[in-house]
Amino acid sequence: MTSAACSAERGEDGALTLVLSGDWLLTGSLPAIETILAPLATAPPPLRIGFDTARLGEWDTGLMAPLVALYRQAEAAGIAVDDAGLPDGARRLLQMAFTVREREGARRETRKPHFLERVGVQSLEALSGGRTLLTFTGDVVLSFGRLMRGKATYLRSDVMQYVQEAGAEALPITSLITFLIGMIFAFVGVMQLEQFGVGIYTADLVAIAMVREMSPIMTAILMAGRTGAAYAAQIGTMKVNEEIDALTTLGFNPVDFLVTPRVIALVLMLPMLSLYGSLMGILGGMGVGLIMLDISLVQYVQQTIDAVDMYHLWGGLLKSIVFGALVAMAGCQQGMACGGSALAVGQATTRAVVTSIVLIVVSASVLTIIYINLGI
Amino acid sequence: MADAEPHISVRDLTIAFGDYLVQKDLNFTVNRGDVFIIMGGSGCGKSTLLKAMIGLKQPATGDIFYSEEPFWGSDDPQRERMKRRFGTLFQAGALWSGMTLAENIGLALRQYTDLSARQIREVAAYKLMLVGLAGFEDYYPNEISGGMKKRAGLARAMALDPEILFFDEPSAGLDPITAKRLDDLILELRDTLDTTVVVVTHELASIFAIGNNCVFLDPETKTQLATGNPRQLRDSHPNPEVRNFLLRGEAETDSA
Repeated sequence: MTSAACSAERGEDGALTLVLSGDWLLTGSLPAIETILAPLATAPPPLRIGFDTARLGEWDTGLMAPLVALYRQAEAAGIAVDDAGLPDGARRLLQMAFTVREREGARRETRKPHFLERVGVQSLEALSGGRTLLTFTGDVVLSFGRLMRGKATYLRSDVMQYVQEAGAEALPITSLITFLIGMIFAFVGVMQLEQFGVGIYTADLVAIAMVREMSPIMTAILMAGRTGAAYAAQIGTMKVNEEIDALTTLGFNPVDFLVTPRVIALVLMLPMLSLYGSLMGILGGMGVGLIMLDISLVQYVQQTIDAVDMYHLWGGLLKSIVFGALVAMAGCQQGMACGGSALAVGQATTRAVVTSIVLIVVSASVLTIIYINLGI
Repeated sequence: MADAEPHISVRDLTIAFGDYLVQKDLNFTVNRGDVFIIMGGSGCGKSTLLKAMIGLKQPATGDIFYSEEPFWGSDDPQRERMKRRFGTLFQAGALWSGMTLAENIGLALRQYTDLSARQIREVAAYKLMLVGLAGFEDYYPNEISGGMKKRAGLARAMALDPEILFFDEPSAGLDPITAKRLDDLILELRDTLDTTVVVVTHELASIFAIGNNCVFLDPETKTQLATGNPRQLRDSHPNPEVRNFLLRGEAETDSA
């Protein structure tokens, strides 16, 4: 294989002859496009361009791509090109390449926006993002209204499916996480409270912490990563495949059909998961307490029962309901707002999880402050 | 095609999904420079056969030989090298949605050649011009229409100037003029770059316009009924089912 080379020869009549030699193959090494185009820009500009391919070896796209670039450049500069010197195949391919002219305005101009412009565009985007979120919340509320009046179209089997996915199928991971959290709390409690000789209060610490705060928050974060992300990915993919458009054209409201059943499933299931998580946490704490403290099982259980009041439980469950709604809506909203590509589905999923977790923590703080002020 | 040189040989190929048999006992040869059509009714396993040929679906038995080199019988690195000589156009284009068209075409070039970024861009521009998409380098796949995606997919399949181009239903969903242009392009590539083309299609217009060799798969008997030049099959094949297909069912009365 001889390496590809290109040299320019200027005739006296202003003609430029490009001498192409060697093998012009994609897999070989090719002269840089700039060196091929350079003779066109020299002053005075050539009147026409011809080719000498007597020593041209094998060629493929490695020759065609620079030729096409040359043709375009020559056309822009108003220089005529004579293709008589080129091999037959190359002439035909060139003809094909230029059969369909570039569509007017198709080409994109890439320019760097000014700093102020970027700030403005991003502010507007944030604003419209907020508006979309509000609209979406409104849509879900209206959809609930239709559901209550029995006017919403959805599949009951879908709801059951979502309930199973967000409920029973989430039990193993919930068990593991909350059990371990209960144990961790018990370790901390035993270490600190034993210093004052009141190790038995570890039972109070674990039970109240789990029931009021930790179990609702931990299960909600779990479900944000597990189910909220799944919602965003499912709905986002449906959006990419135009499945949502298909629903709309059949007269189904996508919010009624896709979003509300999912929100209902999570709002129903998250409090139950949280209740179950509290129990597992208390069990985990009990294991640690019984091993590290000199107390009996009956004592620990009695202490736990005395510690937890109904308002702790209701407070925790109310939080779970709020978290469930937030996680499901964040997931569905990101899915519905998804763009039209695989990449956009990934972004929607990421945003769904991040939004969910932020919403969980912020609303948990707000609710805790409200509870404290109400004296609960 | 007097000096026909076998390029792809399928020998005793059987494809199955677990216990479900798709096609059995396939035997045919594609010569260098052929435009070879894989045809047959819907659901007969045309696309699955294509997948076996490009290395996506391991056949149950038998093998495919590229220039007498076994494909499935080779080890993995060898098979990877063989695959680099293929270009494939998938049914819906299968463009990578996170990349612009130029990046879609440039990915394989960046990986397998020493070209500079500028050269890769020029190659991408040229390939897009060939398929009639001049100026669309910086578009993302979701910004163009279905037919344009298909053409962009073809441009990507041609990126490395493959020896063999595989097309899965190339003209489905294209307007007649674009479909005609695509057919012309396939013939032009064959003539100028000596590309062997394997096309899965049931568009009769395309079959007769471009195909000079074919295999006819039958969903009932789950094997090939005929192989050869589609025109000759239409005019003189003994099996009425084959003629029927190639005559759009108008042979029915003759054969009855």
